[in-house]
Amino acid sequence: MKVKTPSKLEKILASGCLAVTSECGPPRGSDPEMITRKANLIKSHVDAINITDNQTSVTRLCSLAACIHLKLMGLEPVLQMVTRDRNRIALQSDILGAASFDIHNILCLSGDHQSFGDCPQGQNVYDIDSMQLIQTVRYMRDEGKFLGGDNLHRSPQMFVGAAANPFADPFEIRVPRLAKKVAAGAEFIQTQCIYNLDKFELWMKMACDRGLHEKVHILAGLTPLKSAGMARYMKNRVPGMDVPDEVVKRIAGTPKEKQPEEGIKICIESIERLKKVEGVHGFHIMAIEWEEMVPEIVEKGGLYPRPKVE
Amino acid sequence: MIVADKKPIEEIIEEVKDKHTIFIVGCNECVTVCEAGGKKEVGILASALRIYFLKEGKEVKIDEMTLQRQCDHEYLEEIRNVIDKYDAVVSLACGVGVQFMAEKYHSIPVYPGVNTCFMGVTEKRGLWAERCQGCGQCILAHTGGICPISRCAKRILNGPCGGSSNGHCEIRKELDCGWQLIIDRLKALGRLDEYEKIYPIKNWSFERSGGPRQVVRKDVQE
Repeated sequence: MKVKTPSKLEKILASGCLAVTSECGPPRGSDPEMITRKANLIKSHVDAINITDNQTSVTRLCSLAACIHLKLMGLEPVLQMVTRDRNRIALQSDILGAASFDIHNILCLSGDHQSFGDCPQGQNVYDIDSMQLIQTVRYMRDEGKFLGGDNLHRSPQMFVGAAANPFADPFEIRVPRLAKKVAAGAEFIQTQCIYNLDKFELWMKMACDRGLHEKVHILAGLTPLKSAGMARYMKNRVPGMDVPDEVVKRIAGTPKEKQPEEGIKICIESIERLKKVEGVHGFHIMAIEWEEMVPEIVEKGGLYPRPKVE
Repeated sequence: MIVADKKPIEEIIEEVKDKHTIFIVGCNECVTVCEAGGKKEVGILASALRIYFLKEGKEVKIDEMTLQRQCDHEYLEEIRNVIDKYDAVVSLACGVGVQFMAEKYHSIPVYPGVNTCFMGVTEKRGLWAERCQGCGQCILAHTGGICPISRCAKRILNGPCGGSSNGHCEIRKELDCGWQLIIDRLKALGRLDEYEKIYPIKNWSFERSGGPRQVVRKDVQE
């Protein structure tokens, strides 16, 4: 796949190296130190850092501003953008704003429904959906135009990503849906957290059978489990999450004080296994409020040091 | 039909408690079918208000009537000769009827007796469910006859989102995932390959976003 943008993430993926990304949730307040502190914990072990966009619909400092903080630290942000809160005017405007700071990666999402967050009485927008946001960024970048058709000056040079959840229902359309995102213009994919490796491998095989692995870089999503409680919560309460019973049993069968360690071990074993899966071009490690563990996971997963690119 | 739900009696009392003559007007169409504002509900509300005023020791005249429709001039004209006798009207029609009544009888306050909810169907008695949001540009031909705008919590045109679980929507377990229904239906029609067609960005200017809408049909105008 030819490099089309100045994105460091894109260059690493194009070089054939396994990429490593992680993510930081912005604070519920205006203190930038909370972003820079998290970024400092992981910066030498990852190629790029996603900044979530009001995840789970809980109001936080905006993704764009947090990405700018990372940029000012000389790091490589991935701007997550959901279509829940902004119409096409605001989305295009924020894309240009991000591009003006040379933010070169974007992850296009629909976003969790607002009923899960701190403003359940608010409206949602969904002027466009995640698939159409992918198309929008590609159109702005490749055609140098606004959705309205006018030319724009200095098109946004963004490497365009999307999410994929191999575990959501119905399973039969999970690969067609990935194909749809690729057709819309997605260049990299970060998947939902993988705990059911068998099912992920099946999905990946079906994707490869359609040749999708040659059209898009797939980063396997991993979230280390901190405790048996977290495993059960993920299994039972988070929609579209597949945590097999044996994983819950393994964590639950470990003494409480050793459970975090076991969770990290499972995560590292997953990396080892998934590295060998055709079409997996990297890892997206989402250590939720546990960013300090990312370096250990990356090192023990055999993904350190990170490659240097021009 | 337009589906409405009864307003809490306390809310209606709060609006009319200082009135002396109240006219409760029902509608014989949609709100009768969804048992929120037909003749039966007019009678129930009138009784409830009479009991309230009796307890308060207030003498208030309450009359009842149910019109064929409240969204047409012709039927609203039926009350022209009596309406001046009242110092308040409680309309149990949908929001459309309440407004048309208010437009027509400018100097008499009209209070809504129902909450107007959506355009929907009777799934079974006591369960009405939304089916249409009146976007003004019907796409049902492409979605197997199931509308993603009214049946997906995010109104996404290229679904399902990651929150679809065992056929249910993430926001409420008892809610079907609209996109699961679309996929099932496309499959039943032997058209699942159409799923991969990306639905383009929608023109919402025919929907609420375009401002108050009108349908103008010169060919049928008199």
